[in-house]
Amino acid sequence: MQDPVTPQHTGIIGSQPKPSKDATARYIVAHEDGFPVGWLIAPATLWLVIFLVVPLGAILVFSFWTSTGFGMKPDMTVTNYADFFSKEGFFTVSSDNFLSPSVFLKTLGSTIYFTLFIMLLCLIVGYPIAYFLAMQVQTFGWQMSLFLLTMVPFWTSYLIRAVAWLPMLGRKGVINQFLMWIGAIDKPLGFLFYSEFSYTVALVQLYVVLSIGPMFFSLAKIDKAILDAARDMGATPFQIFREIIGPMSLPGVAIGMIFIFVMLMGEFASAVVVYGGKISTTGTVILNYYGTANYPFAAVNALMLMLAMMIGVIIILRIVDIRKEL
Amino acid sequence: MARWTPERIRKARVKLGFTLYYIIFILFLYGPMIAMFVLSFQGRRGGTNFPMKGWSLYWWEKLIEPSVVGDLQGAMGRSLVLALIVMAITALFSTMLAMAFRKKFRGSGILFYTIMAGLMIPGILLSLGLATLMRQLGISPAWYSSALGAHVVWTLPFGFLVMMAVFNRFDSRLEEAARDMGASEWTVFKEITLPLITPGIVAAGLFGFTLSYDEFARTTLLAGEFNTLPLDIASSMTQRIRPTLFALGTASTIFSLLMISLFLSIYTVLMRKPK
Repeated sequence: MQDPVTPQHTGIIGSQPKPSKDATARYIVAHEDGFPVGWLIAPATLWLVIFLVVPLGAILVFSFWTSTGFGMKPDMTVTNYADFFSKEGFFTVSSDNFLSPSVFLKTLGSTIYFTLFIMLLCLIVGYPIAYFLAMQVQTFGWQMSLFLLTMVPFWTSYLIRAVAWLPMLGRKGVINQFLMWIGAIDKPLGFLFYSEFSYTVALVQLYVVLSIGPMFFSLAKIDKAILDAARDMGATPFQIFREIIGPMSLPGVAIGMIFIFVMLMGEFASAVVVYGGKISTTGTVILNYYGTANYPFAAVNALMLMLAMMIGVIIILRIVDIRKEL
Repeated sequence: MARWTPERIRKARVKLGFTLYYIIFILFLYGPMIAMFVLSFQGRRGGTNFPMKGWSLYWWEKLIEPSVVGDLQGAMGRSLVLALIVMAITALFSTMLAMAFRKKFRGSGILFYTIMAGLMIPGILLSLGLATLMRQLGISPAWYSSALGAHVVWTLPFGFLVMMAVFNRFDSRLEEAARDMGASEWTVFKEITLPLITPGIVAAGLFGFTLSYDEFARTTLLAGEFNTLPLDIASSMTQRIRPTLFALGTASTIFSLLMISLFLSIYTVLMRKPK
């Protein structure tokens, strides 16, 4: 585990030079003084317990309760779990869906599938941008300004950015009008909006920003002298990428992918905005069951989503050692 | 000037290719927003698509008129107040936490990961947990209680990381000197530490402000009776989409951009300072 006392979070936010060795030493010696730690952490810890730890624990507890139609009552049942796995499929012997996954499993499956698909697209679209900023842009000022230009949308409203695709991809949108103007098509393409296409495009645009940051920071940290050395020894650009840049930027790629993985798994709003609600994700299923007051079943779905997320994050961490990046 | 060797020409070509790709990417990021911005000045008879049927401020006026799109002004006000409270709490908590993390203490690992969990847990899960829990306890959710709680969980990791970066560059000898001269802990904090980290605190707070102002997932089930702005936007999307929505989007984007530039200028000034 990384030592939380040494604040070197250069990989996630801000790119500062690492503190020099003696600065770190000085800083450890110097701090027997200062305010008592207990008082400093108490309010935030209390806040996190009330609004983060307890609610997540509550989901676990409620998943064993039974729904009463308008609320729920304490219980120790696994029916909700059984429903999750068996409803309309799997062990329902009478149906023809025997041994095929339940709708909820299918939804979770398609959520994971779509998440991985968008992650891959974000990697393909975002990595060259991070590479360009870190390797091709020479001056620090330009590097930072161009980087910030790519990051700014992160701070603007997510819903607004999603709905802004309507005038672009809609039936009478910019793309259709353009294609008709150059004569490529006679009538507007319908599949551009409220479709898997618009969903994909919008999600990539919404989330790619989050992956560029970590990838950029890990690429920017690579010592250019190593690349020069490799070039002097006669390495081709491809070799340099495969042997040096690729492996050294992997931790940043992993962090970026973890970031968008967890966010995409919990995605539910853009499914309505740009897909017209024609797709269900586990997020929308949770909301639907919350809406029909079946809280225990919503909780089961949420837990399964969390479980899938944890497994995904662990897999990514298994493949890539991000510790040196943190 | 050096000669145009084949090597240099190749490099220039690669760079040109990447630059073009970057420009296309920026168009991909900002194009839709710019289209939305232009369309918000659509003429009175125009719709949500090009071509423009004249130019007008009609849709912007509808935004300001009361009771056209539900309780828009109220929602804006609530979002603003909520974001300001989140800003203050984020700034305070992240400063305190970062100060605590300057020392080693028991449980620091667990606390660190709990803070970071706020970043990793999808908003929908947090909303569901808190909303069902409050229902069960018979407390009704409200934007100033449950939504506030969930927002701070989300903004705290960001503010915390900013403050950790600030203390990373902090020269502790200044505090030691003050202590050696007999200053009390409060005096040291007030006279030495606080003035040096104030820009960082402001930056952490503004980070919290912008994140909270636009937050949707962590408000969905938690706002209670009254909507915040993102909820209002979401509900107006289920109706017929009109240029009013674009005007609203443009207004809220411009507001966010102003807050970000404020945040960035403070952060730049802060990081430019020697040591």
